[in-house]
Amino acid sequence: MNDLISVVDWSRWQFALTAMYHWLFVPLTLGLSVIVAIMETIYYRRGRSREWLSATKFWMLLFGINFALGVATGIILEFEFGTNWSNYSWFVGDIFGAPLAVEGIFAFFMESTFIAVMFFGWTKVSPRFHLAATWLTAIGASISALWILVANAWMQYPVGMEFDPAQMRNVMDSFAEVALSPVAIHKFIHSVMSGWTLSGVFVVGISCWFLLKKRHESMALRSIKVGGWVGLAGILLTLWSGDSSSVDVAKVQPMKLAAMEGLYDGSRGQAITAFGILNPAKTVDNDEDPFLFDISIPYGLSFLATHDMDAFVPGINDLINGVTDITASGDTVRTLSYAERIEAGRRSHEALRRFDVAMASGDAAGMEAAREAIKADYPSFGFGYLDSPSEAVPPVALTFYAFHVMVILGGWLLLFFAAALFLAYRKPAPLKGSRVVQWLGMITIPLVWVCSQSGWIVAEVGRQPWVIQNLMPTRAAISDLNPSTVMLTFWLFALIFTALLAAEISIMLKAIARGPEDHDHSTPSPSVSIKK
Amino acid sequence: MIALETLQAYWWLIIAVLGAALVFLLFVQGGQTMLLSHAADRSGRAMLVNTLGRKWELSFTTLVVFGGAFFASFPLFYSTSFGGAYWLWMLILFSFVIQAVSYEYRRKPGNLYGCETYDIFLFINGSVGSVLLGVAVGMMFFGAEFTVSKTNILDASAPVISQWAPTRGLEAIACWQNLLLGFTILFLARTQAALYFLLTITDAPDLERRNRRRVLVNGLIFVVLFLAFTGVLLTTTGLTQTEVGFMPEPYKYFNNLMAMPVVAVMFLLGVVLVLAGLGLTIFRPGYRSGIWFTGPGSALVVVALFCLAGFNNTPYYPSLIDLDSSLTIANSSSSHFTLETMSWVSLAVPFVVAYIAYVWHAMTRKPITPAEVKDPAEHLY
Repeated sequence: MNDLISVVDWSRWQFALTAMYHWLFVPLTLGLSVIVAIMETIYYRRGRSREWLSATKFWMLLFGINFALGVATGIILEFEFGTNWSNYSWFVGDIFGAPLAVEGIFAFFMESTFIAVMFFGWTKVSPRFHLAATWLTAIGASISALWILVANAWMQYPVGMEFDPAQMRNVMDSFAEVALSPVAIHKFIHSVMSGWTLSGVFVVGISCWFLLKKRHESMALRSIKVGGWVGLAGILLTLWSGDSSSVDVAKVQPMKLAAMEGLYDGSRGQAITAFGILNPAKTVDNDEDPFLFDISIPYGLSFLATHDMDAFVPGINDLINGVTDITASGDTVRTLSYAERIEAGRRSHEALRRFDVAMASGDAAGMEAAREAIKADYPSFGFGYLDSPSEAVPPVALTFYAFHVMVILGGWLLLFFAAALFLAYRKPAPLKGSRVVQWLGMITIPLVWVCSQSGWIVAEVGRQPWVIQNLMPTRAAISDLNPSTVMLTFWLFALIFTALLAAEISIMLKAIARGPEDHDHSTPSPSVSIKK
Repeated sequence: MIALETLQAYWWLIIAVLGAALVFLLFVQGGQTMLLSHAADRSGRAMLVNTLGRKWELSFTTLVVFGGAFFASFPLFYSTSFGGAYWLWMLILFSFVIQAVSYEYRRKPGNLYGCETYDIFLFINGSVGSVLLGVAVGMMFFGAEFTVSKTNILDASAPVISQWAPTRGLEAIACWQNLLLGFTILFLARTQAALYFLLTITDAPDLERRNRRRVLVNGLIFVVLFLAFTGVLLTTTGLTQTEVGFMPEPYKYFNNLMAMPVVAVMFLLGVVLVLAGLGLTIFRPGYRSGIWFTGPGSALVVVALFCLAGFNNTPYYPSLIDLDSSLTIANSSSSHFTLETMSWVSLAVPFVVAYIAYVWHAMTRKPITPAEVKDPAEHLY
């Protein structure tokens, strides 16, 4: 058992490491590809100006440097589902694999085909074809994000499937339910728009550096306008979809919501903690105050979670013990306690054993009876693996702090883009002279990455211990490996990814220091040749 | 409603086609193994890197889609092979991680480790990646040490359904039959790389001479290895599925070839095309299009090999330690609903192939020249 837990922990560390590295690069790919495409469109439509071509090529160069490492970490993520989570791959491969295959067919080939045109096609294809290729690369990146997020959303909210006891796995019965689940749609919008936001900050922040150094000021101001608009659109849609995601979480992952808020005992008209310091001594087993210090907004959490200021929001203890509540329509609702769900999960496991025996002996009636018994308790199937209710509580502190860091920084980003655009359009360009604003632009670059990573920590740590909500805990999803094997590959990945990240940052800084002119050489572009 | 068996066969053919595309595109890896020998000639190496660099994304993507399609259509294989032959797959993955950054970073200022390091990364990916992919496919014929027991999922203390030998895939790398296939693929990749260079690089007579010599040397080694592999494959004892379970059958793959004449024709036609491509390039000075014979030819052979592995009551993943755990396209596939849904999606594949072909044509219309790789206005690797 110790080995099992150790393998689970190292496998989780390895997957988290890969996912977090991957998510350093992907949001920049998602947003910067759109920014580059917009700049090239302006270049194409506004008389093929060299200034816009220069800006396009400069940001495209940074896009390429970043893209390579995103690809490198992406392949590992896909294959780690098999290498480290082989049980998971079988248990839900029938559902989870389909979006991955669709992603490959529709998105990966589109991206990889047209990115070659984007970088190498300036003198080989027409300007119109080149522009189309740039847009198709951006669209390919977003389609790729769509399908992997559909797959991720399904893990958080498993729909469109049923359990097949004969094969001991889940099988899909509605692709539409999987692909169009509200959790998937909100997650897609939230993640892609956060990529736009991050890229907007990246472009504005680097442009601020050029303004600070009084180099390429014209290009910098143009870039701030494009990056600012993309970023503003991104943060507004991120906030909107974040609100919708909160409602989803309240419905389908109430324990995650409780952890996000450090809420142990819920109530009607529940306040939201705007800022707080958790009491490290607090656990589900004691009566300590959850907070050492907190600032709350009355009714805030009820409103956030349900859009009803008087609604009941359950806390961790309520969920563990079972909730009894009266809805607005007067119905009494009671949810099972986690102890009851553990019992239900074990009953479904036992029924599955009976089904297997009946199937082996050709006992059709026994199979049917066992099938019904499995079905009755299947919503709690994963609880059958747990030893105690407290195992179903995610790490509260990490989830709480990550959520609050994300929200606070998200608020800052909204102000940041509004201010950047306001100053960029004012005459005579106050951005050029304000060192404070320029420094704020640069300081915001690392902050937006912290915000972005925090979002995924909330999503993934907050759903623990489930790899598939309520159906499969991480401990049942693993491969048959020694802890030392996974530990070794974890450190190898950590070493390689870190070494390559250092190279990427170094190359990126050199490229930025050289600036756009060095990438916009004297050779006329094809369009210029045409004009001549 | 389409029968489940038809859908399973259809998806096995899609896997076969993706595998064939991957083997063809491994010319990128084959080319990477030649870069270090051009150390003295910077312009020559630059041309090789840049002509390969415009295709590396395609071979990388094909590998990813190959994996994704296996996951979606045959999840029990994905679960068993990847989770079991851990070290084999990890070594493959490590080699592809270092490839993904090397093209973009090798000549960029500030890359920390120097151009040579990234070229060594490309060499490692080209050699180790090609051989180990061959080893992974070799297990489909020569077996692997695993068991599958789905009821394990109910054992809370050890819930893993697929168990593997403690060597976790290293034993597959040590199997000489698997290595034979691995090196066959490596030398096919090197041969096709030399043919690809002949097609896409002009105005470099020295390089052309070298590439023609490479076609001859690597092509000969490939033919010898391929003949050896074919001999071993057709005489090996495989498994066949009977009413009482899986049973050993001598000359299983030869029998499969005889039982499926279409596959036999495909196999022979592929061999003829590969030999034609090699012969035309070796014996006709100035001939540059050999890859358009060897590419489709090698693809046909790969599709035929997948058919031999998966059809005619053959388990495509034989277990060496528990025959009943062997995987067939029937016992390892996704459900009818999923396969049918994905089959509708797969109708888009011709459209995808069409735009890839169009872009390939548009981008290679003008061959790479020494002048191009010196032009600072170009995005160069």
